[in-house]
Amino acid sequence: MLLKIALKNLLGARLRTFLNILVTAFSFFLILFMSAMYDGMLQHAKQVTMDTEIAGGAYWHPEYDPMDPMTFEDAHSALPTEVETLVDEKKAFPVLVSQASIYPGGRIMPAIMKGIPPGQNIVNMPTDALFGYEEITLPVLIGKGMASDTKLEVGDAFTIRWLDADRTYDANEGTVVHIMDTENFKLDIGHIWIPLNKAQTMLAMEGEATYVTYEKGVPPVLDKGDWIPRDINYLVQDMEAIIEADKPGAQVMYLILLALAAMGIFNAQVLSIFRRGREIGTLMAIGMTRPRVVGLFTLEGGLNAVLAAVATLIFFGPILWYFGEFGIPLPIDYTEMGMIMAKRLVPVYTIGLVVSTTILVSIIVLIVSYIPSRRIARMKPTDALRGKAAA
Amino acid sequence: MSKIIIIFLSFTFLFAQADDMSVKDIIEAMDNNLNAKSRILTSKMIVHGRRSSRTIESKNWVVGIDKAFTKYLSPPREEGTIMLKDGDKLWTYSPQSDRVIQISGHMLRQSVMGSDMSYNDMMEDRPLVELYEATLEGSVEIDGRVHWIMLLEAKVKGLSYPMRRAWIDKKYLLPMKEELYAKSGKLLKTSTMDGIKKVQGRWFPSRFIYKDELKRNSKGTEWLIDEIAFDIDIPESRFSKALLRK
Repeated sequence: MLLKIALKNLLGARLRTFLNILVTAFSFFLILFMSAMYDGMLQHAKQVTMDTEIAGGAYWHPEYDPMDPMTFEDAHSALPTEVETLVDEKKAFPVLVSQASIYPGGRIMPAIMKGIPPGQNIVNMPTDALFGYEEITLPVLIGKGMASDTKLEVGDAFTIRWLDADRTYDANEGTVVHIMDTENFKLDIGHIWIPLNKAQTMLAMEGEATYVTYEKGVPPVLDKGDWIPRDINYLVQDMEAIIEADKPGAQVMYLILLALAAMGIFNAQVLSIFRRGREIGTLMAIGMTRPRVVGLFTLEGGLNAVLAAVATLIFFGPILWYFGEFGIPLPIDYTEMGMIMAKRLVPVYTIGLVVSTTILVSIIVLIVSYIPSRRIARMKPTDALRGKAAA
Repeated sequence: MSKIIIIFLSFTFLFAQADDMSVKDIIEAMDNNLNAKSRILTSKMIVHGRRSSRTIESKNWVVGIDKAFTKYLSPPREEGTIMLKDGDKLWTYSPQSDRVIQISGHMLRQSVMGSDMSYNDMMEDRPLVELYEATLEGSVEIDGRVHWIMLLEAKVKGLSYPMRRAWIDKKYLLPMKEELYAKSGKLLKTSTMDGIKKVQGRWFPSRFIYKDELKRNSKGTEWLIDEIAFDIDIPESRFSKALLRK
């Protein structure tokens, strides 16, 4: 009964209702879309990191800290027995990390030199490009970003200088054999990749590695020595932190949008109570209790949220579907800025996201509908019938 | 036949040159010229960049091979910067940050104030005779002066340069030119010296030039010795870490 009256009253207001619903629907759409974008970014970063770098996870040498190149010097040793078994069974592959100086075009630049087995197929890296260059002293694989920074092209030779395990300088000529296009900046910027056996010989670290990456689905090993297991959640936490740090900016925008929608509804409710005094008085006079009248007006306001959800589906649904299906092309390459970001960003809509956004918008709309309706409880039916609104 | 005569003459020449001094004697004499019980010197380091050059003036107090204290006097940007070497440890103090930083590990590979010298190059003061096995390769005349060509190969592990070749002036007993090689045999750096003067009974250069040979078009770094005094008593307190911040 109340719902029928509320719906009738709401639809009777026409343009005012339409504008309120439109603003609320737009807020709904933007909150949904932006949150889905962040979820999409995080999911993409996780997917790319798993696909190109960490697969199922990794075991790190206890001294290894990828954020501190000063640790590389001591972060190498023979593999723990069970980890080595994984490598022998081709379920994992070792990587040897070292600092180096490179001289592309005769300029000196610091670099991280990583030795990787060319035959690995656990992560999506074109390491097989390092195969079959017997005539080249040191075949080198680099990323597009690194190629741009160093102005190196396939076939270019450049000097690499490093310190071996005995802290003796050594240098040789590396030749770029392939430039990979990867979204994972951690494999690209400042990195040069060479065959693992060459790296071990060059650095006088035969049979040693800095970390071991294993494929998905491999159970944890029991005898990992003092090596540290790192799972996917640990390895993507930097990306999560970047996205979390960016969220407050977007949340301010949600607040402004929601405030606009809420103000529209609040204003409509105040106006209704002022202009519809006789109606309120009549309803009370024919026996409707004050709480039911308050409930009617709150419901009228609250229905804005329901209609806004429907309007979002009708007006913005196709847009959300289109972006969810085809993604949004980004104008710049974020890889160079140290972010794992797709060239087309695909928002991810989850049930949790839709439900939580709906609940949030509905609660705000209900609150702003209820607050002005409380005045009705203070109204006298006689005053209301005379058209006098409560002060 | 003529080839045999030339080879014979060359060997005669080599043995005649090294006759009065063994290879070890030459290296020891060279070490004695370059190292002293102590020394205090004022110098200028001119770092030649691609477009411009920078001159950095400093004063050094050195005792033996283990202790060195360097205070930078100019330009204003570097003024007050101090480096202290004590054994295999190196600290720097920067007045801008008012912090003392220990330089270790891979940081020792970094260049000193943008020059062609690394901290490692500065640290390696041990006498060559302790570190390298020398072989006399021959002799050559440069600018009318006879130089021995000496190949030095590391006899201990952990040296930055496992091989070096030195052109040693027969009279001055100084390496007028040195080539520093990587383990693979690639030439990494060269150093030359000139302006040889007699200072307190020893021959000593007034200019060194270091050059990173891997950098293309590198003009190198000049190190000019303005004043130098050997075997002066330097108090132990000069090499105290507490002095870095004063």
